[in-house]
Amino acid sequence: MSAYILRRLLYAIPILIGVNLITFLLFFVVNSPDDMARMQLGDKRVTQEAIDTWKAEHGYDKPLLFNADAGGLGTVTETIFFDKSLKLFAFDFGQSDSGRDIGFDIRQRMWPSLAIAIPTLLVGLAISVSYALMIVFFRATYIDFGSVVLLVAMMSISGLFYIIGGQFLIGKLFHLVPISGYDTGLEALKFLILPVVVGVVAGIGSSTRLYRTFFLEEINRDYVRTARAKGLRERVVLFRHVLRNALIPILTGVVAVLPLLFMGALIIESFFGVPGLGSYTIDAINRQDFSIVRAMVFLGSVLYIIGLLMTDISYTLVDPRVRLS
Amino acid sequence: MPIILITDTLIFLLIAVGIGFGVYAARHEHLRGPWLQVGRSSVGVAALVVILFYVGIGLLDSLHFHPRIEPVVPVAALTSTPTQADAEVDAAEQTATARAQQINGRDEDAPTYSTQIISVLDLWLSGLRERQEKTFSAPFATQLFVKEAIEQPDGSVVRGYPRLEHGGTHLGDPSRRGVDIALRGLFGMLTGLIVWVALMAILIAVLALRWRQSFNESAQAIWRGETEFPWRVGLITLALMLVLSFVAAELAAKYHILGTDKVGEDVFYQSLKSIRTGLVIGTLTTLVMLPAAVILGIMAGYFGGRTDDVIQYLYTTLNSIPGVLLIAAAILMLQVYMTNHADQFQSLVERADLRLLFLCIILGVTSWTGLCRLLRGESLKLREADYVQAARSLGVRHSTVISRHILPNVLHIVMITLVLDFSGLVLAEAVLSYVNIGVDPTMNSWGNMINSARLELARDPVVWWSLAAAFMFMFTLVLAANLLADVVRDAFDPRLRSAT
Repeated sequence: MSAYILRRLLYAIPILIGVNLITFLLFFVVNSPDDMARMQLGDKRVTQEAIDTWKAEHGYDKPLLFNADAGGLGTVTETIFFDKSLKLFAFDFGQSDSGRDIGFDIRQRMWPSLAIAIPTLLVGLAISVSYALMIVFFRATYIDFGSVVLLVAMMSISGLFYIIGGQFLIGKLFHLVPISGYDTGLEALKFLILPVVVGVVAGIGSSTRLYRTFFLEEINRDYVRTARAKGLRERVVLFRHVLRNALIPILTGVVAVLPLLFMGALIIESFFGVPGLGSYTIDAINRQDFSIVRAMVFLGSVLYIIGLLMTDISYTLVDPRVRLS
Repeated sequence: MPIILITDTLIFLLIAVGIGFGVYAARHEHLRGPWLQVGRSSVGVAALVVILFYVGIGLLDSLHFHPRIEPVVPVAALTSTPTQADAEVDAAEQTATARAQQINGRDEDAPTYSTQIISVLDLWLSGLRERQEKTFSAPFATQLFVKEAIEQPDGSVVRGYPRLEHGGTHLGDPSRRGVDIALRGLFGMLTGLIVWVALMAILIAVLALRWRQSFNESAQAIWRGETEFPWRVGLITLALMLVLSFVAAELAAKYHILGTDKVGEDVFYQSLKSIRTGLVIGTLTTLVMLPAAVILGIMAGYFGGRTDDVIQYLYTTLNSIPGVLLIAAAILMLQVYMTNHADQFQSLVERADLRLLFLCIILGVTSWTGLCRLLRGESLKLREADYVQAARSLGVRHSTVISRHILPNVLHIVMITLVLDFSGLVLAEAVLSYVNIGVDPTMNSWGNMINSARLELARDPVVWWSLAAAFMFMFTLVLAANLLADVVRDAFDPRLRSAT
C-alpha cells in the first residue's frame, strides 16, 4: 500500500512540473512582463522608466530563464522562472501585485470557503441520495417520470439564476437572512445559511440524476435478483443491498472533489460576499492580479492531484475487488 | 458587401461536416439505427424542433455584411452598375477604413459601405434594433420606467413618466393598450396558425406520396399517432413555436415586448442576438477540440506503450488545472495582448468575434480530456478485436486500420459527447461572462444580459425583465438540448438501455 502511494506521489511530480510550465508559458512568454506592466499601468503612452519601476517593484525585472550577468548558481536562480514558478513547489506564493502576502491570505480565507463548501456537500449528498433512492423505489411510475422531468428542468437552469432567485426570495422578499456579507465566529452562521441552501438546490438536479443511474445499474445485478428470490422485501433489497453497492461510485466521486473544497465556490462566494478563496480568485481575475491567479492555478492543480490519489486509495478501501497495481 | 467572420466560417464548416456526417451515418446501419430511434422518440422530436428554431435564428445571425450607405448625391449611385460596384469594392474598403477614424463623415464618391458590420438577422429586425428608448421601460410599457422632467405644452415642467419614443406610440390613448395587445396577439396567432396549416398540408402531402396513401388517410394516421415517427408531436411543437414567434413578431412591431434595458435597447432583440453566441459556444468548442481529442485518444489507445504514457501525461496535466482558472488565465492574457495590439483589429465586431473564438478554443482545451479518455478506452478494447488483429496480420498499415476499423467504431462516442457537452457549455458561458472572462462585453450574450441586469435588482420596483428574458431563452434551449442529449445517449449506449 505505502509503496503504491509513494509511486503515485512520485508520478504527481512530473504533472506538477507540467502545470508549472504551462502557467509559466501563459503568464510570461505569451505576454512579456513589459506587456503586463503596460496593462497594469493602464496607459497607452507609458514611459519605459515607469515600466521598469513597476517591474522592479513586483520582481519582474529579471531575465525569464537564464541570467548571464549573475555568476555561478545565480544564472539559474536569479530568474523569473525560479523566482515566480519554481518557488510554488515550496508553497511560497510570494506577494500579490498589490503587495500582500498570498500565502497568508490563502490561509486566512480557507476557513470561510470550507464553512460553506462542507455543509453544502454533506446536505446536498444526503438529499440527492435519498431522493434518488426514492425515485428508484417508485421506478417506472409517474413519480419516477415526474421526478426525472423535474431534475432535467432543474439542471437546465443556470446556477446564476439559483443565486439571484435565492437572494431575491429569501433575502429581499421574506427578510429571513441577510443577503450578503460575513462575520467571524458563530455570527457567521446566519450569513452561511443562504449560500448553502442555494448551493444545495443548484446541485440537486445533476447529482440526483447521476445517482439514480448508479442505483438503476445496480438493481439489474444478479445479487439483487437473488435477494428478491429469497423473499426479501423491496425495501430491504434497496437499503441493504443496492444502496451499499451504489455508494461505492458515489463516495469515490465525493472523495475526488474533497480537496477541491478548499478552493471554494467561485460564483456563490463572490455573490454573497463571503471572504473565501473563491471570491479571492474572482477578485484577482477582475483586478487582473496575475500573481494570485498563478498561485491559485498551482494550488488547484495540487489539490486535484491529491483528489485523484485519494480516489484510487478509497476504491481499494471500499471495494476489495480492486487491487492496487 | 458580405464579410465573413472567423466564427462564421467555422459555423458553416460545422454545418458542412454535419451534412457530410449525416450522409455517412445514413449509409451505415450502426449509426443509422440509433438515430432512427432518436427520431421515434416523441421527446427527441419535440426537442429537435425547438433546437431547429434556435439554429435557424443563429444561422441568420451568422451571415454578416457591411450595409450599403445611401450616398448623399443620388446621381453617383444611379450611374454605377453592379459590375462597377464590384470593382469599386476595394476603393470602398479603403474609404471605409479611412472613415473608421471619422465615423459619421460624409461620403463623396459612389457606393460606399458602412464600417458597421450587421447580420441578416439585424436587417430583418432592423425595426427592433433602431427603435431605441432613453432608458429602462417595462415590457409592453407605453411610458418610461423612471420619472423625468416633462415639459408641458403650456411651458410648465412636471415630473412624471414620459411616453416612450417608440413603444406603443400608435395608441392615442394609452389606456386602450390591453385591447390593442389582445387584438394584435390574436392576429399574430391566426397568421401563425395559417402558416402552420400550410406547412402541415405540404408535409402530409409529401408523406402521403411516400406512403402511397390518400391525403386523408395519412392525415388521420398522423393525428391518431399511428405513424412510426411521432409526426403529431413534431407538428404540435411546430405549431407552438410558430404561434409564439408570430405573436411575438406582431407585438414587437409596436411594443417592446420584453422591455428595454438601461441604454434603452430592446431586450427582445438582445435575447435573439444572444442565440448565436450561445450556439457558437455550445458547438464550436466541441468542433475545435475534436481533431486533437480524436487523434490523440485513438493513438493512445491503439499504439499503447510510450505513446500512451505521453498522451495520458498530457491530458492529466491539462485536466489538473481547474477549468475556470485556466480560462481566466488565458483570457487575461488575451486581454493583455488585445490592449497592446489594439491596432490589429479593424472593428469592435471583429475583435469580439476573435475573443469568442478564443474562448471556444480555451473551453475546448479544458474539456477535451473527457472525450480523449473515453476514446482511449474504447480503442484499447478495439485493438484486441478479431477484425483489427486480422487486418494487422494481413499487413494493413496502421493508418488504414485506424481510419477503416477504429474510427468508425468510436464515432458514436464522439457524437454523444458533442450532444452531451452542448448544454453545459451554454450554461458555462453565462457564468464566465459574470466573472468577466466570458465573451466580449460588447457582444450580445445571455451571460452579459444577466450580468448587467443583476445590478438593477437592487432597484425598487425591480427591473426584472432582462433577467426573465435571458432565463426564458436560455432555459428553453438548454432544456431542449438536455432532453435531446438524454434520448441520444439512450439510443447509442446499449448498457444504459438495458438498465432502464
